[in-house]
Amino acid sequence: MLNRQELTDIIREFEPEVEFPEGTPLLEAIVPAEKLFALTEKLKSDKRTAFNYLINHTAVDFSTHFTVVYHLDSTEFRHLVVLKSLIADRENPKIDSLTALYPAAEYFEREVFDLFGIRFNNHPNLKRLFMEDDYGYPLRKDFRDEVNIIER
Amino acid sequence: MNTNMSSNIYDFSTLTGAIHTWLSGMMSSGLVIFTEMVLVGLAFLLMYALLGLFLVYFERKVCAFIQNRVGPNRVGLYGIFQTIADLIKLLMKELIPIRKSDKLLFNLAPYIVIICSFLALAALPYAKGLQAIDFNIGVFYVMAVSSLSVIGILLAGWSSNSKYSLIGAMRSGAQIVSYELSVGLSLLAIVVFTGSMQLSTIVESQANGWWIFKGHIPAFISFIVFLVASTAEINRGPFDLAEAESELTAGFHTEYSGIKFAFFFLAEYMNMFIVSALGATVFLGGWMPFHVGNWEGFNQIMDYIPSVVWFFSKTFFIILIIMWFKWTFPRLRIDQLLTLEWKYLLPISLFNILLIAFTVMMGWHF
Amino acid sequence: MMSEEIIKDVIIGENEDYIINMGPQHPSTHGVLRFEVCLKGETVKYLIPHIGYIHRGIEKMCESLTYPQIIHLTDRMDYFSAHMNNEAVCLVVEDAMQIEVPERAKYIRTILDELGRLASHQLWWCAFGMDLGALTAFFYGLRDREHILDIFEESFGSRLLHSYVMPGGLMHDVHPNFQNRIKEFIKYFRKKLPEYDQLLTGNVIFQNRTKGIGYMSKETAIGYGVTGPSARGSNYSCDVRKLAPYGAYDKVQFNESLMTEGDTFARYQVRMKEMWESLSIIEQLVDNIPADDYTAKMKPIIKLPAGEYFRRVETVRGELGVYVVSDGNKSPLRIKFRTPNFSNLFVMNEITPDIKLPI
Repeated sequence: MLNRQELTDIIREFEPEVEFPEGTPLLEAIVPAEKLFALTEKLKSDKRTAFNYLINHTAVDFSTHFTVVYHLDSTEFRHLVVLKSLIADRENPKIDSLTALYPAAEYFEREVFDLFGIRFNNHPNLKRLFMEDDYGYPLRKDFRDEVNIIER
Repeated sequence: MNTNMSSNIYDFSTLTGAIHTWLSGMMSSGLVIFTEMVLVGLAFLLMYALLGLFLVYFERKVCAFIQNRVGPNRVGLYGIFQTIADLIKLLMKELIPIRKSDKLLFNLAPYIVIICSFLALAALPYAKGLQAIDFNIGVFYVMAVSSLSVIGILLAGWSSNSKYSLIGAMRSGAQIVSYELSVGLSLLAIVVFTGSMQLSTIVESQANGWWIFKGHIPAFISFIVFLVASTAEINRGPFDLAEAESELTAGFHTEYSGIKFAFFFLAEYMNMFIVSALGATVFLGGWMPFHVGNWEGFNQIMDYIPSVVWFFSKTFFIILIIMWFKWTFPRLRIDQLLTLEWKYLLPISLFNILLIAFTVMMGWHF
Repeated sequence: MMSEEIIKDVIIGENEDYIINMGPQHPSTHGVLRFEVCLKGETVKYLIPHIGYIHRGIEKMCESLTYPQIIHLTDRMDYFSAHMNNEAVCLVVEDAMQIEVPERAKYIRTILDELGRLASHQLWWCAFGMDLGALTAFFYGLRDREHILDIFEESFGSRLLHSYVMPGGLMHDVHPNFQNRIKEFIKYFRKKLPEYDQLLTGNVIFQNRTKGIGYMSKETAIGYGVTGPSARGSNYSCDVRKLAPYGAYDKVQFNESLMTEGDTFARYQVRMKEMWESLSIIEQLVDNIPADDYTAKMKPIIKLPAGEYFRRVETVRGELGVYVVSDGNKSPLRIKFRTPNFSNLFVMNEITPDIKLPI
């Protein structure tokens, strides 16, 4: 099991443009959106890290930008890392899909698309999971629904 | 052989003879026959209705007992009027016609099923001298007539215009047609022992002991095969894939409601009765009391219990076993069901027939 | 009303596949999901699951509620084992505010977790038997579950959804009868659990229906994120109680139930073994509950420091992960519940082809 400093060094070695915020409970890495797929692929296939289990994938809406968050775990070494990517474009947010690496990502990404509107390139079946096709994106901060949501 | 042993048993032919004489005194012979037929028909209708009501109540109580609870106990004393309440509810339900279903066949199917079970009921010996039709091909007749109900099931599934019903009907049809072979072969075993297909002869030949004891091993094997195969014939117990609730949402009778559903429901319980009655007649001695060898005193006492009581208690014993199966075992899948028949029961039955023929030839039965 | 075109699409499907709909109204799906099953004869070609029938918008609602109010919503996520969901959120809050929970609260929380696990497994066993046709199994399981629900009702006031576990510890202390009733229950249930094996496990018909069906390999399980007893049936060791112990789990001895075959029967046996393990955990804890406070001193308004927090808990069905993004207010900016069943469900399309399903 690698400790935090060793993991930081390995990730920097794979991809030098990664930023590491200080003082977080878990190791977080902010990766530029276009480098995400390549970095994750290296993290999965490298024998020292072996991140083969995608625990969680979601998105957060800070009012100025989106952040896509991946929690990765290794079943062999049991070390956790949190990968994040910022997406500044609110009209047409896009990022690469990780379905080729983790089959579980297919459904997490559909949920993110349904609730936030973030599109994933190379996704095999990008359809909405819960809502109707013309509903809007509920978990965005600027979402308004006069009928079903009461604003206090 | 049977005169002195069954001489104490009350013979119902005295009663029926008396009625016949009384009617002949009042009308011409053609009218007498007509009146007797109407009377017998009414008696059967009444018996059908009462038995159906009782069997549904019996099942609910047995099922509750196995599941460690009480069962219906509010409607009437110990809940005996529960089935009547259910019947009234079913009769008051709306009959929902299905768009795009074949209306003639859809309405015809329940009637076919009910008529077949009526036809089979008529040929059973209920007591000494109390048998409506005594063909010399009794066993064959009952088998043939109860096979006709598969037409009703297939019609019900096809005409409902629903995928669930069609699949259920196909599965049910395949199951019934396969298991008829085993039922027939196991009944054939006792026909070989007796030498006759006539039901009253089969019962009379058991005056000195029931075939399940006289025929020892081969008859016992036949009995087990008969129990399993007839449970599958009537779509019950671990073989109820075609109509169970958590599979296929009730299969071939999904689209029926109200009185038509009540017909299917009732016909299923009456089929259970018919199959048990047939088993009781052929294997367990029908209306013959339980005699043990030379214990004259014991035999005299057994003779005083009316033969009707003997017949119904043996039938209900087999019904109890069938109900026990249903509430204990999980269901078989359709391919496992058919494998059981074609790869296991059928070879066993065929081998058993050979064994019986050999036994009869060598005289190794009692 | 459906028009002809829609009926054709839904029922016939592309390429003229024969599609049967196991819709939300079906006795086996229990109203919460829908499968479009494409059949070839009796064999399944592929499956398309549709979910969302029980989606209540909990994550959006939580963005306008305070943390103690969120606890009440988490109960409803998996209502058969409500304590564990509550505990997940409480652990996140306690980690973030660095609060030390007293020992008594930890012991009681763990006992409640294991009782919830037992209750949920009992319900699983009886529903499993009923869906297969052994209707008597339903009554046996429910009869025993009533004892656990009575214990809950005496101490917490409601049978299923208590919202009893709060950030800092517990909402109030347990009833004085709590320990005795649990000890009686353990004695009673140890005699009844072998009956479950007698009724279903050894039955030939049952074994033929479950052995060799639905094989899932360990790689499939890891790839799809399957956790909990379903994954342990494929020899994938993923018990969070062992990997990152919380509550009083580091003070008890128990084995992780693993099976290697990966079929339905293996997953069944994992859950039966887990029931025995739960009984032994409760037995080890119930006599040793320390007698100190039932909660730590908390401020009336809970505000998490700004930052992101993630914590996992082993619920009955797998790993429940809670991810909280806080900006210093009394409601979270974003809370995400990584539920185990979301991942467990979508592996169905991988393991069902080539099975004969009697629907």
